[in-house]
Amino acid sequence: MTAEPIAGGAGDAATAVLPRARVSRSRGLGHILEDERILAYLLLAPAAIILGVFIAYPFGRGVWLSLTNATVGNPGSYVGLKNFERAWNDTIFHQTTVNTFVYTGVTTVFKLAFGLWLAVLLNREFRAKRYARAFILLPFIIPTVLSTFAWKWMFDPTFSVINWCLWRLGVITQRINWLGGEHLALASVMVVNVWRGVPFYAISLLAGLQTINPELHEAAAIDGAAAWQRFWKITWPLLLPVTMVVVLFSVIQTFADFQLVYVLTGGGPANATHVFATYAYQIGVGAGLLGQGAAISLALFPVLLIVVILQLWYIRRTDTT
Amino acid sequence: MKTVRMDRREFVKVSVATAAVATTGIEGILAARRAPAWAQGTTINIVRWTDFVPASDKVLREELLPKAEKALKATIKLETINANDIQPRITAAIEGNSGPDIIMTQHNWQHLYERGVVDVGDVAEKIAKAQGGFYKQSRDVTTSGGKFIAVPWSVVGLMIAYRKSWFAEEGVTKFPTTWQEYHALGKKLKVKNRPIGQTMGHTFGDAPAFSYPYLWSWGGAEVDDKGKVVLNSKATVDSVKFMTSFWKDAHDEGGLAWDDSNNNRAFLSGTICATLNGASIYIESLRFPDKYKTEKGEQLKTDILHSPMPKGPKGQFAYHVPFSHMVMKYSKNVGVAKDLLLWLGTKENFDTWFVSQKGFSVGATTDWEKHPLWKDDPIMLPYKDAARLGRAPGFAGPPNAKAAEVQTKYIITDMYAKAIQGMAPEESVKWAEGELKKIHG
Repeated sequence: MTAEPIAGGAGDAATAVLPRARVSRSRGLGHILEDERILAYLLLAPAAIILGVFIAYPFGRGVWLSLTNATVGNPGSYVGLKNFERAWNDTIFHQTTVNTFVYTGVTTVFKLAFGLWLAVLLNREFRAKRYARAFILLPFIIPTVLSTFAWKWMFDPTFSVINWCLWRLGVITQRINWLGGEHLALASVMVVNVWRGVPFYAISLLAGLQTINPELHEAAAIDGAAAWQRFWKITWPLLLPVTMVVVLFSVIQTFADFQLVYVLTGGGPANATHVFATYAYQIGVGAGLLGQGAAISLALFPVLLIVVILQLWYIRRTDTT
Repeated sequence: MKTVRMDRREFVKVSVATAAVATTGIEGILAARRAPAWAQGTTINIVRWTDFVPASDKVLREELLPKAEKALKATIKLETINANDIQPRITAAIEGNSGPDIIMTQHNWQHLYERGVVDVGDVAEKIAKAQGGFYKQSRDVTTSGGKFIAVPWSVVGLMIAYRKSWFAEEGVTKFPTTWQEYHALGKKLKVKNRPIGQTMGHTFGDAPAFSYPYLWSWGGAEVDDKGKVVLNSKATVDSVKFMTSFWKDAHDEGGLAWDDSNNNRAFLSGTICATLNGASIYIESLRFPDKYKTEKGEQLKTDILHSPMPKGPKGQFAYHVPFSHMVMKYSKNVGVAKDLLLWLGTKENFDTWFVSQKGFSVGATTDWEKHPLWKDDPIMLPYKDAARLGRAPGFAGPPNAKAAEVQTKYIITDMYAKAIQGMAPEESVKWAEGELKKIHG
């Protein structure tokens, strides 16, 4: 852009000065913005500020809290790794760790299996396909607390509709204590997690399936490949990058799951269903031991970090090969 | 901006009112018939649990607080939340340095939040002095180092509600006096699909209200009077051993997953014969006499009686849940908040709320035992002086922050729950002892 001198007017001196100043500022700013590195930093700045304020600061604060003996209303002082040491020797933490790994591992396998199965089904042509796809999403759309309360009723020790149906069908003669048994409680919680998580897998994998060229399947079919072979030789390899991303997100979310367990059992009975988030919440927010709570929630951060790095590395490798 | 003109007479009135308030507190406000200048235009936010007696929340919202607003010339906003969500709310408020001016607490929770609250001894002592003094349990859980960290409000009595006719069918006309008798009766009733109902889950009220006094009745205790952990004793192991067979033989085994409301629903629907509870089951049956009926079609309210928990080898104990209000340190309206608690705690005002409870809660002071309400309904009579028997968690030590931490982590309840789930009694006691040692040192 070039600056034009102010036309006309009585003050020629003024017209001679003002345009020069504008030209100089404009050229200066333009010159700076023409530098791609500076422009890149400027464009990145809003995102960096948001990430810094809403992610980096809370994370850094959490790390700091885990290294202090802070309690409610007391900022505490630096205690090094004492909170982590305490968690390491805490039997409830041990149980919580086992629960969290079982909870994440088992539900991820089931969510992937059911999600893939549903995605393959939904990828076919059939009547009311759109309605079916919308319907599948329902568990994912309904607020978690609301749907979990519905499940809580279904698992109710006294009035469980599941028990009632099984009893009417003659399958059981005594009530099943869905949320009261040591192992059954965790299994019941996992069922709800799978129910809620399958749509995320199904829709994401469906999107991946739709990017696969149907001609590949047609060619393989002409060559005599059976459906199962086509799946393993064509669909699965091409779907793998999408699957890895979906699993990555799901594992992170499931590891940090809170609402579902908190509403269903509060971590009970006798800590049988505590996962990291609920135990950290009980210690940090319930009992007000902020330092210890932060240490519990951060204890598995290194493990998760390794999982994420490995998965991202794998995704990048498959992208480049 | 509107300018307020004040003539000499008005100036004198305001000065006198302000002086009265400064020297006499709430009495001064009431005597002056106008709020102090600093209270005018202030808003007090108060958070309480959602009462198990809904009529009492209504009384507060529609009757008492509007009156208090007029008396204190302040806007008062009441928020009621699930009792299990109170602790997280307190933590968030203190850490955020903002939130409600007054928060209701239960048990000895306030000891965990001591640094975030103001001393309310001036309010508490005035109430105690005017109303016969606080029950020991109420005073113990609200004082720390000679300071009141919360103003005692009420005590929810916990008694065993039981089905009179079902007990009578087994030839029992008086509630069993020992655990062994209760076990034997429960066993017979469970065979008839009429088990005892008791929560052993992670829930705020009924679980600790059962597990603590049950432990004490066998002679078990968390710590001795010097604070040394003494849980792992023969008495505790015996109590756990008894509990495992008692549970299997006589209880609804779903109780491991119950919260504080499950037993109410189970009792009201006729699936359990007895349960430790506040009087909310009976009060609900009074509210809807034609909704809740016995299998014979009679109103359920006519078939409910209440009894204290049975005796163990070392005596009969109870843990009645104390409620109190904390005034938060971050509040910009500490003075008005204290005045509100004093206003609500006066005999005349508390009476309105107390009557609405129909005995579900007793006052934190002993005078409320003399209230005519207790003559209205003999079924509620066992609750009248229940708070006198109450003992606080942390026994034989003080109900301090460490005791509150033990309770918040459900360690005593889980000790029994683990054994019920199959862990050897000795192991579950050892586990609980280990957890207690980490807290008490």
